[in-house]
Amino acid sequence: MLEENRRGVVRDSLGVGLAVGAYGVAFGAASVAAGLSVLQTSLLSLLAFTGGTQFAVVGVVAGGGTLGTALTSGLLLGARNTLYAMRLAPLLEVRGLRRFAAAHGTIDETTAMAVARRDPALSRLAFWWTFAGIYVCWNATTLAGAAGAQALGDPTKFGLDAVVPAAFLALLAPRLRAGAVERRIAVGAAVIALVLIPLTPPGVPILASAAALLLGSLRVPAGSRR
Amino acid sequence: MNPWALVLATAAGCYLLKLAGYLVPARVLDEPRVRRLVELLPVALLAALVVVEALASGRHLQWDGPRLAGFAAGAVAVWRRAPFLAVVVIAAAVAALLRLAG
Repeated sequence: MLEENRRGVVRDSLGVGLAVGAYGVAFGAASVAAGLSVLQTSLLSLLAFTGGTQFAVVGVVAGGGTLGTALTSGLLLGARNTLYAMRLAPLLEVRGLRRFAAAHGTIDETTAMAVARRDPALSRLAFWWTFAGIYVCWNATTLAGAAGAQALGDPTKFGLDAVVPAAFLALLAPRLRAGAVERRIAVGAAVIALVLIPLTPPGVPILASAAALLLGSLRVPAGSRR
Repeated sequence: MNPWALVLATAAGCYLLKLAGYLVPARVLDEPRVRRLVELLPVALLAALVVVEALASGRHLQWDGPRLAGFAAGAVAVWRRAPFLAVVVIAAAVAALLRLAG
């Protein structure tokens, strides 16, 4: 394998880490605005380490949801990491303790960077460097965002309430571009959430949208998915 | 709600979900429909979260001008494939400026 290739992989991986860092600022600020402490916010990034789930959990808390609805929304979003892990397991060939470390780094970006490489050695390199880059940036920017939000006070004065839905849309956008099924599901889920907001306790509209769409997507025949 | 319980349960749950993929034999979850479902779940949840975060205030629908204008500006930035940092700054700036003006 060319040394140049290896360097390219490391550079790309660290670049992704830096880009993802921006999400950390938004998460840190949103989490403190939702009522979690700076320490609790940082622990979520250090220990849960999966952005979409973390955003969802604090989003439901901010809306007045219960522990149960917040946790369920978060874990449903985190379930895709199980599939990523199954995809990565034969690629990374991790054993023993390294398996536990690899598990912690199994998220959207590390999986995407690893499976994009044809050479398994480069895949492993991409996985570990992307993990390292994102882990450092994500936690540093989470802390900065959380501490910043706490210092600044009323988050709505700085437009944070507009940032949170825009951040979810940014996470959703690449999936909307993936296919028509995704777009149909998104529209359906949005409508269900809208209808349920005044009718159910906070947090329920988010969970209910998932359940309803689950039925819809099961009926799509295998041949007409895109 | 006890925020510590939420933080610790979220952390434990997320880690176990990741670890499970390395521990279970691949065929257990290899059913294509299950796979597709897990891929599509985030689409539904994120779309619902967009709506709730943009329009809900507790159990009420709230048409907050600056919040919606900031979100709309952020949405245009997403549509134009702006980087995430630009989306955040644009949404915040529009909402904050409108509040300042209002």
